[in-house]
Amino acid sequence: MLLIPCPYCGERAEGEFRYGGEAHFRRPDNHLEATDEAWADYLFMRKNPKGWHRERWMHLAGCRRWFYVVRHTITHKIATAYKVGDAHPDLPA
Amino acid sequence: MRRYSFVQLLRNAVGLGDGWQQAWRSPEPKSSYDVVIVGGGGHGLATAYYLAKNHGVRNIAVLEKGWLGGGNTGRNTTVVRSNYLWDESAAIYEHSLKLWEGLTRDLNYNLMFSQRGLVMLAHTEHELNEASRRVHANRLNGIDAEIWSREQTLAFIPILNGSKDIRYPVIGSSIQKRAGIARHDAVAWGFARAADALGVDIIQNCEVTAIRRDGSRVVGLDTTRGAIDARKVGLVAAGHSSVLAGLAGFRLPIESHPLQAMVSEPIKPVLDTVVMSGTVHAYVSQSDKGELVMGAGIDAFNSYAQRGSLPILEEIASAMIELFPIVSRLKVLRSWGGIVDICPDASPIIGKTPVDGLYINCGWGTGGFKATPGSGWVLADTIANDRPHPLAAPFSLNRFSSGRLIDEHGAAAVAH
Repeated sequence: MLLIPCPYCGERAEGEFRYGGEAHFRRPDNHLEATDEAWADYLFMRKNPKGWHRERWMHLAGCRRWFYVVRHTITHKIATAYKVGDAHPDLPA
Repeated sequence: MRRYSFVQLLRNAVGLGDGWQQAWRSPEPKSSYDVVIVGGGGHGLATAYYLAKNHGVRNIAVLEKGWLGGGNTGRNTTVVRSNYLWDESAAIYEHSLKLWEGLTRDLNYNLMFSQRGLVMLAHTEHELNEASRRVHANRLNGIDAEIWSREQTLAFIPILNGSKDIRYPVIGSSIQKRAGIARHDAVAWGFARAADALGVDIIQNCEVTAIRRDGSRVVGLDTTRGAIDARKVGLVAAGHSSVLAGLAGFRLPIESHPLQAMVSEPIKPVLDTVVMSGTVHAYVSQSDKGELVMGAGIDAFNSYAQRGSLPILEEIASAMIELFPIVSRLKVLRSWGGIVDICPDASPIIGKTPVDGLYINCGWGTGGFKATPGSGWVLADTIANDRPHPLAAPFSLNRFSSGRLIDEHGAAAVAH
Protein backbone atom coordinates (compact mmCIF):
# COMPACT_ATOMS: atom_id res chain seq x y z
CA MET A 1 0.00 0.00 0.00
CA LEU A 2 1.42 3.34 -1.06
CA LEU A 3 1.06 6.52 0.95
CA ILE A 4 0.79 9.15 -1.75
CA PRO A 5 1.54 12.82 -1.00
CA CYS A 6 -1.14 14.68 -2.95
CA PRO A 7 0.25 18.22 -3.43
CA TYR A 8 -3.20 19.62 -2.64
CA CYS A 9 -4.49 17.37 0.19
CA GLY A 10 -1.40 15.84 1.79
CA GLU A 11 -0.61 12.17 2.34
CA ARG A 12 -3.45 9.75 1.65
CA ALA A 13 -3.79 6.02 1.11
CA GLU A 14 -3.30 4.59 -2.36
CA GLY A 15 -6.92 3.45 -2.56
CA GLU A 16 -8.06 7.09 -2.93
CA PHE A 17 -6.07 7.51 -6.15
CA ARG A 18 -6.09 6.42 -9.76
CA TYR A 19 -2.84 5.72 -11.57
CA GLY A 20 -2.23 7.46 -14.89
CA GLY A 21 1.00 5.87 -16.06
CA GLU A 22 4.15 7.49 -17.42
CA ALA A 23 4.26 11.30 -17.34
CA HIS A 24 5.61 13.96 -19.68
CA PHE A 25 5.42 12.43 -23.13
CA ARG A 26 4.13 14.59 -25.91
CA ARG A 27 1.59 14.14 -28.69
CA PRO A 28 3.15 14.59 -32.15
CA ASP A 29 3.00 18.34 -32.87
CA ASN A 30 2.20 18.20 -36.53
CA HIS A 31 -0.33 15.43 -36.43
CA LEU A 32 -1.08 15.41 -40.16
CA GLU A 33 2.60 14.95 -41.00
CA ALA A 34 3.54 12.57 -38.17
CA THR A 35 4.58 9.08 -39.27
CA ASP A 36 2.91 5.87 -38.14
CA GLU A 37 6.03 5.19 -36.08
CA ALA A 38 5.74 8.56 -34.34
CA TRP A 39 2.11 7.81 -33.47
CA ALA A 40 3.03 4.32 -32.23
CA ASP A 41 5.73 5.86 -30.07
CA TYR A 42 3.27 8.32 -28.55
CA LEU A 43 0.36 5.92 -28.13
CA PHE A 44 2.06 2.70 -27.08
CA MET A 45 5.79 2.84 -26.38
CA ARG A 46 6.74 3.44 -22.74
CA LYS A 47 9.97 3.88 -20.80
CA ASN A 48 9.01 1.34 -18.14
CA PRO A 49 12.23 1.99 -16.19
CA LYS A 50 13.62 -0.23 -13.47
CA GLY A 51 14.31 2.64 -11.08
CA TRP A 52 12.92 6.14 -10.69
CA HIS A 53 9.73 6.79 -12.66
CA ARG A 54 7.86 10.05 -13.28
CA GLU A 55 4.18 9.15 -13.29
CA ARG A 56 0.70 10.63 -13.21
CA TRP A 57 -1.79 10.13 -10.40
CA MET A 58 -5.29 11.50 -9.81
CA HIS A 59 -6.80 11.97 -6.36
CA LEU A 60 -10.15 10.42 -7.25
CA ALA A 61 -11.60 10.27 -3.73
CA GLY A 62 -10.23 13.70 -2.77
CA CYS A 63 -9.55 16.83 -4.77
CA ARG A 64 -9.94 14.94 -8.09
CA ARG A 65 -6.91 16.71 -9.50
CA TRP A 66 -4.09 15.22 -11.60
CA PHE A 67 -0.50 15.64 -10.44
CA TYR A 68 2.91 14.03 -10.82
CA VAL A 69 4.85 11.66 -8.58
CA VAL A 70 8.48 10.52 -8.70
CA ARG A 71 8.44 6.91 -7.48
CA HIS A 72 10.98 4.09 -7.51
CA THR A 73 9.73 0.95 -9.29
CA ILE A 74 11.72 -1.51 -7.16
CA THR A 75 11.45 -0.02 -3.66
CA HIS A 76 8.13 1.82 -4.31
CA LYS A 77 9.64 4.74 -2.38
CA ILE A 78 8.11 8.09 -3.35
CA ALA A 79 10.69 10.88 -3.65
CA THR A 80 8.40 13.78 -4.38
CA ALA A 81 5.09 14.90 -5.83
CA TYR A 82 4.52 18.06 -7.86
CA LYS A 83 1.71 19.93 -9.57
CA VAL A 84 0.97 20.20 -13.26
CA GLY A 85 2.93 23.20 -14.54
CA ASP A 86 5.62 23.00 -11.86
CA ALA A 87 9.26 22.65 -12.91
CA HIS A 88 10.19 18.97 -13.09
CA PRO A 89 12.34 18.12 -10.05
CA ASP A 90 15.56 16.19 -10.66
CA LEU A 91 15.43 12.44 -10.18
CA PRO A 92 17.17 11.29 -6.97
CA ALA A 93 20.61 9.74 -7.43
CA MET B 1 20.28 -38.54 -20.09
CA ARG B 2 18.85 -41.60 -18.39
CA ARG B 3 15.15 -41.86 -19.10
CA TYR B 4 12.77 -41.75 -16.18
CA SER B 5 10.52 -44.80 -16.11
CA PHE B 6 8.56 -46.95 -13.73
CA VAL B 7 11.24 -49.63 -13.91
CA GLN B 8 13.95 -47.13 -12.98
CA LEU B 9 11.82 -45.81 -10.13
CA LEU B 10 11.33 -49.35 -8.84
CA ARG B 11 15.04 -50.26 -9.13
CA ASN B 12 16.11 -47.16 -7.23
CA ALA B 13 13.39 -47.67 -4.62
CA VAL B 14 14.68 -51.13 -3.72
CA GLY B 15 18.34 -50.13 -3.93
CA LEU B 16 19.22 -51.88 -7.19
CA GLY B 17 19.66 -48.70 -9.20
CA ASP B 18 22.69 -46.46 -9.29
CA GLY B 19 20.88 -43.48 -7.79
CA TRP B 20 19.50 -40.42 -9.45
CA GLN B 21 21.59 -38.30 -11.77
CA GLN B 22 21.50 -34.52 -11.74
CA ALA B 23 18.80 -33.40 -14.15
CA TRP B 24 20.97 -30.90 -16.04
CA ARG B 25 24.60 -29.76 -16.05
CA SER B 26 25.82 -26.39 -14.76
CA PRO B 27 28.49 -25.58 -17.36
CA GLU B 28 30.76 -22.55 -17.49
CA PRO B 29 29.69 -20.24 -20.32
CA LYS B 30 31.64 -20.68 -23.57
CA SER B 31 33.01 -17.63 -25.37
CA SER B 32 30.62 -18.00 -28.28
CA TYR B 33 27.33 -19.61 -29.25
CA ASP B 34 25.20 -19.85 -32.38
CA VAL B 35 22.11 -18.85 -30.42
CA VAL B 36 21.82 -17.32 -26.94
CA ILE B 37 18.44 -17.20 -25.25
CA VAL B 38 18.20 -14.57 -22.50
CA GLY B 39 15.78 -15.75 -19.83
CA GLY B 40 15.61 -19.20 -18.23
CA GLY B 41 11.90 -19.38 -17.57
CA GLY B 42 9.56 -21.80 -19.28
CA HIS B 43 9.37 -19.82 -22.54
CA GLY B 44 13.15 -19.42 -22.86
CA LEU B 45 13.87 -23.06 -22.03
CA ALA B 46 11.16 -24.22 -24.44
CA THR B 47 12.67 -22.04 -27.16
CA ALA B 48 16.09 -23.61 -26.63
CA TYR B 49 14.59 -27.12 -26.52
CA TYR B 50 12.71 -26.73 -29.81
CA LEU B 51 15.69 -25.01 -31.47
CA ALA B 52 17.73 -28.11 -30.67
CA LYS B 53 15.02 -30.67 -31.31
CA ASN B 54 13.16 -29.28 -34.34
CA HIS B 55 15.90 -27.31 -36.05
CA GLY B 56 19.07 -29.20 -35.18
CA VAL B 57 20.82 -26.18 -33.65
CA ARG B 58 23.37 -27.58 -31.21
CA ASN B 59 25.42 -24.66 -29.94
CA ILE B 60 22.85 -22.92 -27.72
CA ALA B 61 23.01 -21.23 -24.34
CA VAL B 62 20.20 -20.12 -22.04
CA LEU B 63 21.23 -17.31 -19.70
CA GLU B 64 19.24 -16.85 -16.49
CA LYS B 65 19.99 -14.04 -14.06
CA GLY B 66 18.50 -15.90 -11.11
CA TRP B 67 17.55 -19.57 -10.97
CA LEU B 68 15.51 -21.64 -13.41
CA GLY B 69 11.80 -20.99 -13.16
CA GLY B 70 12.34 -18.50 -10.33
CA GLY B 71 10.40 -15.81 -12.16
CA ASN B 72 6.88 -16.03 -13.51
CA THR B 73 7.14 -19.73 -14.40
CA GLY B 74 7.19 -20.47 -10.68
CA ARG B 75 4.76 -17.73 -9.69
CA ASN B 76 1.63 -18.30 -11.77
CA THR B 77 -1.61 -20.17 -11.12
CA THR B 78 -0.78 -22.90 -13.71
CA VAL B 79 -3.94 -22.51 -15.81
CA VAL B 80 -3.76 -23.93 -19.35
CA ARG B 81 -6.54 -23.17 -21.87
CA SER B 82 -6.99 -22.05 -25.46
CA ASN B 83 -10.48 -20.49 -25.61
CA TYR B 84 -9.43 -17.07 -26.88
CA LEU B 85 -11.68 -14.93 -29.05
CA TRP B 86 -9.63 -13.85 -32.05
CA ASP B 87 -8.39 -16.23 -34.75
CA GLU B 88 -4.73 -15.26 -34.27
CA SER B 89 -4.85 -15.92 -30.52
CA ALA B 90 -6.92 -19.08 -30.85
CA ALA B 91 -4.38 -20.47 -33.34
CA ILE B 92 -1.32 -19.97 -31.16
CA TYR B 93 -2.93 -20.95 -27.84
CA GLU B 94 -4.53 -24.05 -29.40
CA HIS B 95 -1.17 -25.01 -30.93
CA SER B 96 0.23 -24.71 -27.43
CA LEU B 97 -2.57 -26.75 -25.84
CA LYS B 98 -2.01 -29.55 -28.38
CA LEU B 99 1.67 -29.59 -27.42
CA TRP B 100 0.72 -29.73 -23.73
CA GLU B 101 -1.33 -32.85 -24.45
CA GLY B 102 1.80 -34.80 -25.41
CA LEU B 103 4.43 -32.87 -23.49
CA THR B 104 4.95 -35.17 -20.48
CA ARG B 105 5.82 -38.03 -22.86
CA ASP B 106 7.88 -35.80 -25.16
CA LEU B 107 10.02 -34.42 -22.32
CA ASN B 108 10.05 -37.67 -20.33
CA TYR B 109 9.11 -35.58 -17.30
CA ASN B 110 5.83 -35.75 -15.39
CA LEU B 111 4.23 -32.33 -15.82
CA MET B 112 1.12 -33.46 -13.92
CA PHE B 113 -0.93 -31.99 -16.76
CA SER B 114 -4.56 -32.39 -15.73
CA GLN B 115 -7.30 -31.56 -18.24
CA ARG B 116 -9.92 -31.02 -15.60
CA GLY B 117 -11.89 -28.39 -17.51
CA LEU B 118 -12.18 -24.67 -17.01
CA VAL B 119 -15.46 -22.95 -16.26
CA MET B 120 -15.87 -19.22 -16.93
CA LEU B 121 -18.82 -18.00 -14.92
CA ALA B 122 -21.35 -15.55 -16.30
CA HIS B 123 -23.11 -13.29 -13.79
CA THR B 124 -24.92 -10.90 -16.14
CA GLU B 125 -26.84 -11.19 -19.39
CA HIS B 126 -24.15 -9.21 -21.14
CA GLU B 127 -21.46 -11.54 -19.88
CA LEU B 128 -23.43 -14.59 -21.04
CA ASN B 129 -23.86 -13.01 -24.50
CA GLU B 130 -20.14 -12.36 -24.74
CA ALA B 131 -19.38 -15.89 -23.56
CA SER B 132 -21.72 -17.21 -26.24
CA ARG B 133 -19.95 -15.16 -28.89
CA ARG B 134 -16.59 -16.48 -27.73
CA VAL B 135 -17.81 -20.09 -27.61
CA HIS B 136 -19.01 -19.84 -31.23
CA ALA B 137 -15.72 -18.24 -32.29
CA ASN B 138 -13.82 -21.03 -30.52
CA ARG B 139 -15.84 -23.75 -32.23
CA LEU B 140 -15.27 -22.16 -35.64
CA ASN B 141 -11.56 -22.42 -34.84
CA GLY B 142 -11.85 -26.09 -33.89
CA ILE B 143 -11.54 -25.46 -30.15
CA ASP B 144 -13.85 -27.32 -27.77
CA ALA B 145 -16.22 -24.97 -25.98
CA GLU B 146 -19.75 -25.13 -24.64
CA ILE B 147 -22.29 -22.87 -23.00
CA TRP B 148 -23.76 -24.25 -19.81
CA SER B 149 -26.95 -23.31 -18.03
CA ARG B 150 -27.03 -22.16 -14.42
CA GLU B 151 -28.20 -25.63 -13.37
CA GLN B 152 -25.41 -27.44 -15.24
CA THR B 153 -22.84 -25.09 -13.75
CA LEU B 154 -24.04 -25.51 -10.17
CA ALA B 155 -24.21 -29.30 -10.55
CA PHE B 156 -20.62 -29.38 -11.85
CA ILE B 157 -19.27 -27.14 -9.07
CA PRO B 158 -21.10 -28.12 -5.87
CA ILE B 159 -19.33 -25.58 -3.65
CA LEU B 160 -20.32 -22.65 -5.88
CA ASN B 161 -22.68 -20.12 -4.29
CA GLY B 162 -26.01 -20.83 -5.99
CA SER B 163 -28.00 -18.19 -4.15
CA LYS B 164 -30.08 -15.84 -6.30
CA ASP B 165 -30.02 -13.13 -3.64
CA ILE B 166 -26.37 -12.16 -4.04
CA ARG B 167 -25.16 -9.13 -5.98
CA TYR B 168 -23.85 -11.25 -8.87
CA PRO B 169 -25.75 -14.56 -9.03
CA VAL B 170 -24.41 -17.21 -11.42
CA ILE B 171 -26.68 -17.31 -14.48
CA GLY B 172 -24.63 -19.64 -16.67
CA SER B 173 -21.11 -20.32 -17.83
CA SER B 174 -18.86 -21.37 -20.65
CA ILE B 175 -16.60 -24.39 -20.33
CA GLN B 176 -13.54 -25.67 -22.14
CA LYS B 177 -13.20 -29.32 -21.10
CA ARG B 178 -9.68 -29.75 -22.51
CA ALA B 179 -8.37 -26.88 -20.36
CA GLY B 180 -6.77 -27.56 -17.03
CA ILE B 181 -3.66 -27.10 -14.94
CA ALA B 182 -0.05 -28.34 -14.93
CA ARG B 183 2.77 -28.44 -12.41
CA HIS B 184 4.61 -25.18 -13.09
CA ASP B 185 8.03 -26.03 -11.63
CA ALA B 186 8.05 -29.31 -13.54
CA VAL B 187 7.57 -27.36 -16.78
CA ALA B 188 10.80 -25.41 -16.19
CA TRP B 189 12.68 -28.49 -14.96
CA GLY B 190 11.35 -30.77 -17.70
CA PHE B 191 12.29 -28.39 -20.50
CA ALA B 192 15.68 -27.73 -18.86
CA ARG B 193 16.48 -31.44 -18.56
CA ALA B 194 15.36 -32.22 -22.11
CA ALA B 195 17.22 -29.22 -23.57
CA ASP B 196 20.37 -30.09 -21.61
CA ALA B 197 20.22 -33.63 -22.99
CA LEU B 198 20.34 -32.12 -26.49
CA GLY B 199 23.48 -30.16 -25.58
CA VAL B 200 22.00 -26.80 -24.56
CA ASP B 201 24.15 -24.99 -21.97
CA ILE B 202 21.94 -23.67 -19.18
CA ILE B 203 23.78 -20.94 -17.31
CA GLN B 204 22.22 -19.64 -14.12
CA ASN B 205 23.20 -16.60 -12.04
CA CYS B 206 24.22 -14.88 -15.26
CA GLU B 207 22.74 -11.44 -15.87
CA VAL B 208 23.08 -9.64 -19.20
CA THR B 209 24.64 -6.19 -18.70
CA ALA B 210 25.05 -5.09 -22.34
CA ILE B 211 24.01 -6.13 -25.83
CA ARG B 212 26.85 -5.62 -28.30
CA ARG B 213 26.11 -4.60 -31.89
CA ASP B 214 28.11 -4.23 -35.07
CA GLY B 215 26.09 -1.66 -36.97
CA SER B 216 22.52 -2.92 -37.09
CA ARG B 217 23.48 -6.49 -36.20
CA VAL B 218 23.80 -8.13 -32.79
CA VAL B 219 27.20 -9.75 -32.21
CA GLY B 220 27.23 -10.66 -28.55
CA LEU B 221 26.40 -9.99 -24.95
CA ASP B 222 28.25 -8.79 -21.89
CA THR B 223 27.19 -10.65 -18.79
CA THR B 224 28.07 -10.89 -15.12
CA ARG B 225 29.93 -14.10 -16.07
CA GLY B 226 31.94 -12.61 -18.94
CA ALA B 227 31.47 -11.66 -22.58
CA ILE B 228 29.69 -14.09 -24.88
CA ASP B 229 29.64 -13.81 -28.68
CA ALA B 230 26.41 -14.83 -30.36
CA ARG B 231 25.19 -15.01 -33.94
CA LYS B 232 21.58 -14.80 -32.86
CA VAL B 233 19.99 -13.72 -29.59
CA GLY B 234 16.46 -14.31 -28.33
CA LEU B 235 15.14 -12.07 -25.54
CA VAL B 236 12.59 -14.00 -23.47
CA ALA B 237 12.58 -12.05 -20.24
CA ALA B 238 8.89 -11.26 -19.51
CA GLY B 239 8.75 -8.39 -16.99
CA HIS B 240 12.35 -7.33 -17.70
CA SER B 241 11.91 -7.10 -21.48
CA SER B 242 11.89 -3.28 -21.49
CA VAL B 243 15.24 -3.26 -19.68
CA LEU B 244 16.81 -5.59 -22.26
CA ALA B 245 15.25 -3.74 -25.20
CA GLY B 246 16.77 -0.57 -23.73
CA LEU B 247 20.21 -2.24 -23.79
CA ALA B 248 19.64 -3.09 -27.46
CA GLY B 249 18.44 0.43 -28.28
CA PHE B 250 14.76 0.07 -29.11
CA ARG B 251 11.50 0.69 -27.26
CA LEU B 252 8.65 -1.64 -26.34
CA PRO B 253 4.97 -0.97 -25.64
CA ILE B 254 5.34 -2.94 -22.40
CA GLU B 255 4.72 -1.89 -18.83
CA SER B 256 5.73 -4.09 -15.91
CA HIS B 257 3.27 -4.68 -13.08
CA PRO B 258 3.08 -7.04 -10.09
CA LEU B 259 0.53 -9.85 -10.42
CA GLN B 260 -0.34 -11.67 -7.23
CA ALA B 261 -1.64 -15.07 -6.28
CA MET B 262 -2.11 -16.96 -3.04
CA VAL B 263 -2.86 -20.43 -1.73
CA SER B 264 -5.00 -21.53 1.17
CA GLU B 265 -4.07 -24.16 3.70
CA PRO B 266 -4.59 -27.67 2.26
CA ILE B 267 -8.08 -29.11 2.55
CA LYS B 268 -9.80 -32.25 1.29
CA PRO B 269 -10.83 -32.27 -2.39
CA VAL B 270 -13.68 -29.79 -2.95
CA LEU B 271 -12.98 -28.46 -6.44
CA ASP B 272 -12.06 -30.68 -9.40
CA THR B 273 -12.05 -28.04 -12.11
CA VAL B 274 -10.77 -24.52 -12.72
CA VAL B 275 -13.22 -21.68 -12.10
CA MET B 276 -12.87 -18.14 -13.39
CA SER B 277 -15.14 -15.19 -12.81
CA GLY B 278 -14.62 -11.92 -14.61
CA THR B 279 -17.29 -9.93 -12.83
CA VAL B 280 -16.46 -10.99 -9.28
CA HIS B 281 -12.81 -11.28 -10.39
CA ALA B 282 -11.24 -14.48 -9.21
CA TYR B 283 -9.74 -17.60 -10.70
CA VAL B 284 -9.18 -20.69 -8.65
CA SER B 285 -8.28 -24.36 -8.78
CA GLN B 286 -7.29 -26.93 -6.17
CA SER B 287 -3.80 -28.38 -6.24
CA ASP B 288 -3.07 -32.07 -5.69
CA LYS B 289 -1.80 -31.10 -2.23
CA GLY B 290 -5.25 -29.72 -1.44
CA GLU B 291 -4.44 -26.03 -1.44
CA LEU B 292 -6.85 -23.70 -3.21
CA VAL B 293 -4.72 -21.76 -5.71
CA MET B 294 -6.25 -18.31 -6.15
CA GLY B 295 -5.23 -15.70 -8.68
CA ALA B 296 -5.68 -11.98 -8.10
CA GLY B 297 -5.31 -8.92 -10.30
CA ILE B 298 -2.39 -6.66 -11.06
CA ASP B 299 -1.41 -3.54 -9.17
CA ALA B 300 -2.18 -0.52 -11.33
CA PHE B 301 1.28 1.04 -10.99
CA ASN B 302 4.54 0.05 -12.72
CA SER B 303 6.76 -2.12 -10.56
CA TYR B 304 9.70 -4.52 -10.69
CA ALA B 305 9.39 -5.49 -7.04
CA GLN B 306 8.04 -9.09 -7.31
CA ARG B 307 5.57 -8.26 -4.56
CA GLY B 308 2.16 -6.68 -4.69
CA SER B 309 0.03 -4.62 -2.35
CA LEU B 310 -2.46 -5.81 0.23
CA PRO B 311 -5.63 -4.23 -1.24
CA ILE B 312 -5.31 -6.60 -4.21
CA LEU B 313 -5.22 -9.62 -1.87
CA GLU B 314 -8.20 -8.24 0.00
CA GLU B 315 -10.11 -8.09 -3.29
CA ILE B 316 -9.37 -11.69 -4.21
CA ALA B 317 -10.29 -12.84 -0.70
CA SER B 318 -13.64 -11.07 -0.84
CA ALA B 319 -14.32 -12.39 -4.34
CA MET B 320 -13.56 -15.94 -3.20
CA ILE B 321 -15.93 -15.68 -0.24
CA GLU B 322 -18.65 -14.33 -2.52
CA LEU B 323 -18.25 -17.24 -4.96
CA PHE B 324 -17.49 -20.01 -2.45
CA PRO B 325 -18.87 -19.22 1.03
CA ILE B 326 -17.26 -22.38 2.47
CA VAL B 327 -13.79 -20.88 2.17
CA SER B 328 -14.49 -18.03 4.60
CA ARG B 329 -12.70 -19.74 7.52
CA LEU B 330 -9.71 -20.93 5.51
CA LYS B 331 -6.30 -19.54 6.35
CA VAL B 332 -4.04 -18.17 3.65
CA LEU B 333 -0.87 -20.21 3.58
CA ARG B 334 1.20 -17.85 1.45
CA SER B 335 0.94 -15.18 -1.21
CA TRP B 336 3.44 -13.96 -3.77
CA GLY B 337 3.85 -11.69 -6.75
CA GLY B 338 5.49 -11.89 -10.15
CA ILE B 339 6.36 -9.10 -12.57
CA VAL B 340 4.23 -9.37 -15.68
CA ASP B 341 4.83 -7.61 -19.00
CA ILE B 342 1.57 -5.93 -19.92
CA CYS B 343 0.98 -5.10 -23.58
CA PRO B 344 -1.64 -2.51 -24.64
CA ASP B 345 -3.73 -5.11 -26.52
CA ALA B 346 -3.19 -7.96 -24.02
CA SER B 347 -1.47 -10.01 -26.72
CA PRO B 348 2.17 -11.09 -26.90
CA ILE B 349 4.98 -9.72 -29.07
CA ILE B 350 6.88 -12.47 -30.90
CA GLY B 351 9.37 -12.06 -33.69
CA LYS B 352 12.09 -9.87 -35.13
CA THR B 353 13.26 -6.56 -33.69
CA PRO B 354 14.87 -3.48 -35.26
CA VAL B 355 18.25 -5.15 -34.53
CA ASP B 356 19.29 -7.88 -37.01
CA GLY B 357 19.78 -11.27 -35.39
CA LEU B 358 17.90 -10.17 -32.27
CA TYR B 359 14.48 -11.71 -31.62
CA ILE B 360 11.99 -11.05 -28.89
CA ASN B 361 9.20 -12.90 -27.16
CA CYS B 362 7.39 -10.90 -24.50
CA GLY B 363 4.12 -9.20 -23.62
CA TRP B 364 2.33 -12.36 -22.47
CA GLY B 365 1.25 -10.31 -19.47
CA THR B 366 -0.93 -12.19 -17.04
CA GLY B 367 -1.41 -15.30 -19.21
CA GLY B 368 1.91 -16.65 -20.41
CA PHE B 369 2.13 -19.99 -18.62
CA LYS B 370 -0.42 -21.72 -20.84
CA ALA B 371 1.52 -20.66 -23.93
CA THR B 372 4.89 -22.02 -22.79
CA PRO B 373 5.39 -24.85 -25.32
CA GLY B 374 3.67 -23.09 -28.23
CA SER B 375 5.56 -19.88 -27.61
CA GLY B 376 8.90 -21.71 -27.52
CA TRP B 377 7.96 -23.64 -30.66
CA VAL B 378 7.18 -20.58 -32.80
CA LEU B 379 10.10 -18.48 -31.50
CA ALA B 380 12.53 -21.34 -32.19
CA ASP B 381 11.21 -21.56 -35.74
CA THR B 382 11.41 -17.77 -36.11
CA ILE B 383 15.03 -17.70 -34.92
CA ALA B 384 16.10 -20.72 -36.99
CA ASN B 385 14.63 -19.36 -40.24
CA ASP B 386 15.00 -15.62 -39.60
CA ARG B 387 11.38 -14.95 -40.49
CA PRO B 388 8.23 -15.03 -38.35
CA HIS B 389 6.58 -18.42 -37.91
CA PRO B 390 3.08 -18.18 -39.50
CA LEU B 391 1.46 -18.38 -36.05
CA ALA B 392 3.78 -15.64 -34.74
CA ALA B 393 3.48 -13.28 -37.71
CA PRO B 394 0.35 -11.44 -36.46
CA PHE B 395 2.11 -10.79 -33.14
CA SER B 396 4.97 -8.75 -34.60
CA LEU B 397 6.28 -5.61 -32.91
CA ASN B 398 5.31 -3.50 -35.91
CA ARG B 399 1.59 -4.10 -35.33
CA PHE B 400 1.73 -1.05 -33.06
CA SER B 401 2.59 1.22 -35.98
CA SER B 402 0.41 -0.61 -38.53
CA GLY B 403 -2.52 -0.42 -36.10
CA ARG B 404 -3.42 -4.10 -36.51
CA LEU B 405 -3.77 -4.84 -32.80
CA ILE B 406 -5.14 -8.12 -31.46
CA ASP B 407 -7.35 -6.94 -28.64
CA GLU B 408 -7.81 -9.81 -26.22
CA HIS B 409 -8.81 -7.72 -23.19
CA GLY B 410 -12.46 -8.73 -23.43
CA ALA B 411 -11.89 -12.37 -24.31
CA ALA B 412 -9.73 -13.05 -21.32
CA ALA B 413 -12.79 -12.68 -19.06
CA VAL B 414 -10.46 -11.94 -16.19
CA ALA B 415 -6.80 -11.22 -15.76
CA HIS B 416 -5.81 -14.74 -16.78
